[in-house]
Amino acid sequence: MDLTLSDEQRLLRESADRFVAETFTADHRKKTANDPLGFSPAIWKQFAELGWLALPIGEANGGLGGGAIEIGILMEAFGRGLVSEPYLSTVVIGAGLVAECGTEAQKQAILPKIAEGTLYLALAHSERAARFDLAHVDATAKKAADGWRLNGSKIAVLDGATANQIIVSARVANANGASGKLGLFLVPAGAPGLTLRDYARLGGGRGCSLDLTNVALPADALLGDGSDALPAVEAVVDRAVAALGAEAVGIMQTLLDTTLEYTKIRKQFGRPLSANQVIRHRLADMAMQVDEARSISLRAALMADADPLQRSRAASGAKAKIGKCARFVAEQSVQLHGAMGVTEELDIGSYFKRLLAFDTLFGGSAHHYRRHAALNGRTQA
Amino acid sequence: MDLTFSTEERAFEQEVRDFIAANLTPELKRATALTPSVFSDPDIGMAWQRALHKKGWGAPGWPVEHGGPDWTPAQRWIFEAESARAGVPNVNVMGVKMVGPVIIGFGSPEQKNFYLPRILSGEDYWCQGYSEPGSGSDLSSLKTRAVRDGDDYIINGTKIWTTHAHHANRMFALVRTNEGERQQDGISFILIDMKTPGITTRPILTIGGDHEVNQVFFDDVRVPVANRVGEEGKGWTYGKYLLEFERGSGIASAKLREALKTISDLASSDVTGRAIDDPDIALRMSEVEVDIDTLEMTELRVLSALQTGQNPGAVSSLIKLRVSEIRQAVTRLGVEVIGNDGLAVEPARPFYKLNHEPAIPEELLPVVPEFLNGRAYTIFGGSSEIQREIIAKMVLGL
Repeated sequence: MDLTLSDEQRLLRESADRFVAETFTADHRKKTANDPLGFSPAIWKQFAELGWLALPIGEANGGLGGGAIEIGILMEAFGRGLVSEPYLSTVVIGAGLVAECGTEAQKQAILPKIAEGTLYLALAHSERAARFDLAHVDATAKKAADGWRLNGSKIAVLDGATANQIIVSARVANANGASGKLGLFLVPAGAPGLTLRDYARLGGGRGCSLDLTNVALPADALLGDGSDALPAVEAVVDRAVAALGAEAVGIMQTLLDTTLEYTKIRKQFGRPLSANQVIRHRLADMAMQVDEARSISLRAALMADADPLQRSRAASGAKAKIGKCARFVAEQSVQLHGAMGVTEELDIGSYFKRLLAFDTLFGGSAHHYRRHAALNGRTQA
Repeated sequence: MDLTFSTEERAFEQEVRDFIAANLTPELKRATALTPSVFSDPDIGMAWQRALHKKGWGAPGWPVEHGGPDWTPAQRWIFEAESARAGVPNVNVMGVKMVGPVIIGFGSPEQKNFYLPRILSGEDYWCQGYSEPGSGSDLSSLKTRAVRDGDDYIINGTKIWTTHAHHANRMFALVRTNEGERQQDGISFILIDMKTPGITTRPILTIGGDHEVNQVFFDDVRVPVANRVGEEGKGWTYGKYLLEFERGSGIASAKLREALKTISDLASSDVTGRAIDDPDIALRMSEVEVDIDTLEMTELRVLSALQTGQNPGAVSSLIKLRVSEIRQAVTRLGVEVIGNDGLAVEPARPFYKLNHEPAIPEELLPVVPEFLNGRAYTIFGGSSEIQREIIAKMVLGL
């Protein structure tokens, strides 16, 4: 039992904190917010040089073999700087899915390119009718003589327009119609029949919805050996949730630090705001909730490779709890900044919006408390 | 980083389990489960203290030269977790966890030789004389006076909220020996024999119907100066040292998990008409469970820091605050889970020695009193408002 960082992990944290503080300044954020790409490819190249893109990829595929703790260290730093590079979509989710269910040949073809920074991935899984139910997929993949035909619509595809290849989930249909199995398909950007609607994502980065109309794919576009991909999607989304939790901790810590400083400087009635007990106690509650988020986020990371029940319970518990804490910290940060907190003139609003996006991604607190209860056998899912 | 214990620690865990299996009688376990107050009555608490002492485990946090077991922080964690899981009685924490560490830290050799073995063996039962009717959160405004008369102090005044004063044969108290410049100056830490003439005790019933706390009156009570711990006027320092122990001494997540399990089991049983089938109750049970998971991780982070010789910082206030709030959430859920049976109030005590058939199933008896008495968790040991002030000062530097 040891929850302290190893020397290597401490070095990773120091270098990530330093790099993020120097690179992701408020000016930098303003620039990327108006950039149609939403991030800087030059910085992505630096991520590759720092070894961050190779971090969770297995050593056999040109990676460093890191785990959820290391990812969490990076993501917390990314949260502090509101980093909008497509790390979650390409490295955590994209590379995660390929590693989880790709064939050896697919892993060799894709993972080293992600590690060196020359390939971007995205996952198109969510559908309008599904809300946050990972098992609900209506898109279909039909077997054709020369491969597959994909049809359907997807929403909330993170950084989809950036991706060279989009991993699309679809129900695999056999000769008689639909089968129960979920398949993951590698769809190249610009494939005929693929339409994207790209948007600037709430809180930074890009997102898109997409339609697939008879998109023709070769036989080897199917990721893996044809077994049901739902368990892989659940595992990778649980790990993405753990990573997002760490990012949220970084965002919340920055909000707390900034708000604390502001209440010391801002004077009303001839004294600093922080001299008022109602403010002090609010800040104490914020500090407590940041610390709680840190604890439960760590648990999700430590359970990221546990058996599916423990892993999902920890991920849902963390998502629900951190969502609750994040809402409190975000809303109180704006509140304690007064009218200035509601303007674009301070950074507070950007952090606020990023936490709002965090709460939505992969389902909010209510969804995850329900999932937690169902996993515990207390209710039907 | 990992959450697993070493082979040696696993072996120790087995040793604790074996010890509990051999010593926790069905009677003790039942009595503990049917105790709705914060502390166990001495008949069960001291029975457990004697069993622990026989094994050499009477005071887990003490140094080995005073009879502590010389455990690592991980071993203490395992011991507390297994004890909670098995449902063992509370021992006299005012002795083992409060006055013991102060005597060890600041007492004279004579005091150490006399008092410490009697705490370990369970021969002495201690109560804490801190709060006064006019001094609650503002503890250092206390007015109970100790006036020097030769080799004695003569004590006059009153203490309140004194847990188990009616069972205790000794009290450690903060008394005013001088008027200082600050109200924290001039306070001394003194050990009092409860049989000394001039001491009277008035019971105070809590809203759960339990007699746990008291008011204690001192009328010209003569206490030898030799019973003062440390220097005259330095009592506030010693008292604060103790409060930090009181707040940070518990490994609370295991106990809370067990309390939630009790409620969760009731909710899944026909006794409550399967309250768990109410989706709102099921959801809130998950919410509390995640809060306990969170607390456990915070406690383990503190433990890890301690184990590697780092200072965990001012987290004890943070933990005290959350423990008390989660405890109240669990007891509140309990009331909702038992539904209509919560209307039946059983005034007789203790529940494990009733002379009549109770109106509701026995296992439901403590649920409502536990909730009612449990409102005290956010008040004693420094109220939640005081804890928030400490966090603002110590954690946030305000």
